[in-house]
Amino acid sequence: MIAVIDYGVGNLFSLTASLKALSLDSVVTREPSVLHEADQLILPGVGAFGDAMRKLEETGLVPVIREEASAGKPILGICLGMQLLFDKSYEYGEHDGLSLIGGSVKSLRDAVPNHLKIPQMGWNRLIPVREEPLLRYCSDAPYAYFVHSYYATACEEALSAYAEYHVRVPGIVRKDNVWGTQFHPEKSGADGLSMLRAFSEVTA
Amino acid sequence: MITKRIIPCLDIRDGRVVKGKNFTGIRDVDSPVALASFYNESGADELVFYDITASAEGRGLFADVLRDVASRIFIPLTVGGNINTVDDFDRVLKSGADKVSVNSGAIRDPSLIPRAAEKYGDQCVVLSMDVKRVNGKFTVFAKGGREQTSLDAIEWAAYGAKNGAGEIVVNSIDTDGVKDGFDLEMLNAIASVCDIPIIASGGAGCMEDFLTLFRSVPGVDAGLAASIFHFGEVAIRDLKRYLKENGIEMRI
Repeated sequence: MIAVIDYGVGNLFSLTASLKALSLDSVVTREPSVLHEADQLILPGVGAFGDAMRKLEETGLVPVIREEASAGKPILGICLGMQLLFDKSYEYGEHDGLSLIGGSVKSLRDAVPNHLKIPQMGWNRLIPVREEPLLRYCSDAPYAYFVHSYYATACEEALSAYAEYHVRVPGIVRKDNVWGTQFHPEKSGADGLSMLRAFSEVTA
Repeated sequence: MITKRIIPCLDIRDGRVVKGKNFTGIRDVDSPVALASFYNESGADELVFYDITASAEGRGLFADVLRDVASRIFIPLTVGGNINTVDDFDRVLKSGADKVSVNSGAIRDPSLIPRAAEKYGDQCVVLSMDVKRVNGKFTVFAKGGREQTSLDAIEWAAYGAKNGAGEIVVNSIDTDGVKDGFDLEMLNAIASVCDIPIIASGGAGCMEDFLTLFRSVPGVDAGLAASIFHFGEVAIRDLKRYLKENGIEMRI
C-alpha cells in the first residue's frame, strides 16, 4: 500500500487518480500509524517552500518521515515534495528542508537568460545519467511535465536524470531509498504512469 | 529543451462537446470522455475544457464529466467557463482540473487574478482573452466574444502577466473558425509584452499553420485548436511528427 502524505498542500486528485488507474492500493493520510504500515510513501506538494515546510511540521510527521527514511522505506517526493527532501531552499528567504538528500534549492530565474520563461512550464525531455529503477518501464526518450520556478543544485551525487533548460535541471534524484521528481509523473502521460508503477514495486 | 505544445480544446455544453464557427452555429460533436481519452492516447500535450453551459443544472453535469475525464487522462487539464470567484477555482480544481482559465470573470473583477494566484499559485491561473480588431486596436471582448469591452488587449495581457497569471490564451475572434492560419500579428503584439507562456488560439486550418505559428512568433509556447482535431482533418500525431521534422521541439 502506498501512503500519500496529506499535509494540506496542493491538489491530490491527479495523483490519486493515477495510482487508481494503475490499480495500486493507496491512501491519502496524515496518520503516523498508516505511514508506518505503508510499503511506500509519496510526499506531494505545490506552492512555496517555506509555507509547505511549516505545514508539514505542523502535522508532526517530520520525525515519522525521517524514521521511515532511515529504516529504508521507499519515499518519493514530487515537485515541491522533491524540493523538501534537500537541505535548504532559498525561495523567499532561507528555509531548512528535510535533509534526506544533500543539496539546495535555488531560483531558476537567477540561473537562466531572460528569454527563457519562468516558471519552466511544459514538457521537457529527461536525460538519464545513470541506471535508474524509476525509468525501467519508460520509453527510451521519456518526456515529463514540469511546472516550477526553483530547482535543485549541488546534488550531483544523487542525480539520476536531468532536463535541459539552459542549465541542467535535476529531473529525478535518488539517494538510496529516497527519490524525488521535479516534474509531475501523474501528469506526464504513459511514461509518468510507468514511473509510478516502477516506484510501487520498490521494496524496503 | 522544453517543447512546444499542441492542445485540443473541447467546448462542453450540457455534458457534450460542441464546436462553433466564429462563436455561433454550434453543433454537436462527441462525448467529452470519449474524445478526451482519444486525445490522451494520440499524443496531445494538454487538454482544455470550456464549460459553455448556461443553466445551473448543466453545471452539475459538467462537474461529473470533468471528474470522469480527469480520472482517465494523465496530461495537464485546463478548465474554463463560468469562472467568476476564487470559490469557482476551488470547485473545478477539486473536480480534477490542474489549471483554471479565467476570462469574463477577470474582466469584471481584475483582482480575481492575483487573489486566485495567491491561493493556488501562478501556475494554476490561466488568463484567457478573446480579442478582435476594433478601429485598428486589439480590443478585448467578454462573454464568449459577444460583448465589447474598453480593455486594450496588449495592456490586459501585460496586467495579467504582472499580477499572477501563469499563462495566457490568446484567442483571435477575427481568425476563429476561419481556418486560414493563426493571427500572427496579434500574437506578436501580445508576446512582446508578456514573459509568461502564450497559447495561440483561433484560425488553425492545416499543419502548415502550426509551423508558421511557431516559426513566426517565437514567444508562443502552444497552439490550441478544436474543429480540425475533432473532425479528424489533422491528426495530432501526424502534426507533431511534421513539426518535429521541421525543427520544432516536440514531445513525440
